[in-house]
Amino acid sequence: MTSTTGTPAVSARGLVKRYKDVTALDGVDLTVPTGSVLGLLGPNGAGKTTIVRILSTLLLPDGGTAQVAGTDVLTNPREVRRKIGLSGQYAAVDEYLTGFENLDMIGRLYHLGRARSRERARELLAAFRLEDAGDRSSKTYSGGMRRRLDLAGALVADPPVLFLDEPTTGLDPRGRTDMWEVIQGLVAGGTTLLLTTQYLEEADLLADEIVVIDHGRIIAQGTSDQLKTQVGGERLELTVKDPARLTEAVTLLEPRGVGPAVVDQGRRQLVMPVSGGAAVLTDALRALDGVGIGLDDVGLRRPTLDDVFLSLTGRATADETETADTKEGVHA
Amino acid sequence: MSIPYVFADAAVVAKRNLIKIKRVPDLLVFTTLQPIMFVLLFSFVFGGAIGGGNGQSYREFLMAGIFAQTVIFGATITGAGLADDVKKGIIDRFRSLPMAPSAVLAGRTISDVINNVLVLIVMSLTGLLVGWRIRSSVLEAIGGFALLLGFAYAISWIMAWIGMLVPSPEVVNNAAFIVIFPLTFVANTFVPLNTLPSVLQTFAAWNPVSTVTQAARELFGNIPPNAPEPEQWSLQNPALYTSIWIVIILAIFIPVANAQFRKSASR
Repeated sequence: MTSTTGTPAVSARGLVKRYKDVTALDGVDLTVPTGSVLGLLGPNGAGKTTIVRILSTLLLPDGGTAQVAGTDVLTNPREVRRKIGLSGQYAAVDEYLTGFENLDMIGRLYHLGRARSRERARELLAAFRLEDAGDRSSKTYSGGMRRRLDLAGALVADPPVLFLDEPTTGLDPRGRTDMWEVIQGLVAGGTTLLLTTQYLEEADLLADEIVVIDHGRIIAQGTSDQLKTQVGGERLELTVKDPARLTEAVTLLEPRGVGPAVVDQGRRQLVMPVSGGAAVLTDALRALDGVGIGLDDVGLRRPTLDDVFLSLTGRATADETETADTKEGVHA
Repeated sequence: MSIPYVFADAAVVAKRNLIKIKRVPDLLVFTTLQPIMFVLLFSFVFGGAIGGGNGQSYREFLMAGIFAQTVIFGATITGAGLADDVKKGIIDRFRSLPMAPSAVLAGRTISDVINNVLVLIVMSLTGLLVGWRIRSSVLEAIGGFALLLGFAYAISWIMAWIGMLVPSPEVVNNAAFIVIFPLTFVANTFVPLNTLPSVLQTFAAWNPVSTVTQAARELFGNIPPNAPEPEQWSLQNPALYTSIWIVIILAIFIPVANAQFRKSASR
């Protein structure tokens, strides 16, 4: 799946970006081998979008260097633009144009020529199941359709390197699954992809390598499995019936774990790294039963990237609503 | 990037903006109904009152003023349109493409001048219906329209700079209105200059809105026969004076707006 020979498709060293008193990026190094997928994972405001904007020539960094497809981003941005496709919240499709007009316009601006631009627009509309909607203004599209059009826009010139900034944020579960399939198809075709996401399962599913970023710094890096190993083995996860007894349950169980328990009062939930499998679970259940703490839900599970983030930063991945959202996704 | 790409890319961008006029009801009203409304309102409401009973002659006097004001306001859509495109990520999309960067603003100003051509056609037809007549040669009339469009085109570039500077369509619109509204009224657009207080009269005489109006009025043959000869050089040579303004504005604001466009890449 991954070929690591030759020049990496994307390589950045020491990227720094400051806005007045905020340091958005604080020395970021990245390498994306040609033909591989890098997932840039982090909460809102971590600096993911800033990295993509710099690598796609939209933003000048205050420090550092970057090459994309063998071309220097800072000294030769126009050549870089020829080789990249960009899709994200900010590089948008034009809602007043039809799907066809959007893609045709982009083709013309890549200088594909009139005939080839039109042909390519129709090809992409067909490939992204937008044929029927191709001559309607994209304002009338559903969220998922608009994202597909946006992605199609990034693919007009068949670029060797693709940047997708949060491709599924805001999509419903169906739309997200659809989008994942589309992206997996692209990657199978050999496109190098740098993907940002707040969704841990998305990075897990799509990326060969994951870079976890927080406050403009890389805090962890590796394959999904490596990151999971780094935070240890299984998780004991349980929900108590009576929220008042949650603290008591924590005191009782913590000696049985191999790390601190993470407590979510609102959800009456406790998550704790353990080792020893089913025996630990049985032991924990017995202890809780002994003092009469009732449970709504209990189980052992493999660590998710959520746990990775939590153990690396001491906080959940994103703000409250996002966290709830992500956790539901993980449980489903 | 070779030069022809600038033109080809600007044409693509301009085409996109013109498609938008068709699809966005606000813009379509701005381009078609509003000019009709202005011509009718000004000529019938003011026409009788100010014309000293001679409605017909005042209506002719008025028309160049309405044209000037409307195309200048038409030019403000450059700023609001660009600010909107920045906000919606269209500019970033353009910037991520290997197109000629200068084509973004060039395309925008070109489409806005085409929009103003449509506005002028609509207003002229409405004007002809309510009795306005061109009393000069075809060539002179074309010169009058060209000067109006040229001046509006120059204003478009000022607006392009503001649009890149202030990426909020609402702010751009309000700012433009606050500056342009008085400029188009402290002028000879709707009233003869000698009716203004003397301080305003001097300002109005050198206000390029007055001179573009005066020039168009002369080129359409719409100067009332009893009108006094203007005292100021600017109004005696309105076409020349207006052209100087156009050249100066373009010389300053084409580079400045494009610099601001490139500069916003470091934000």
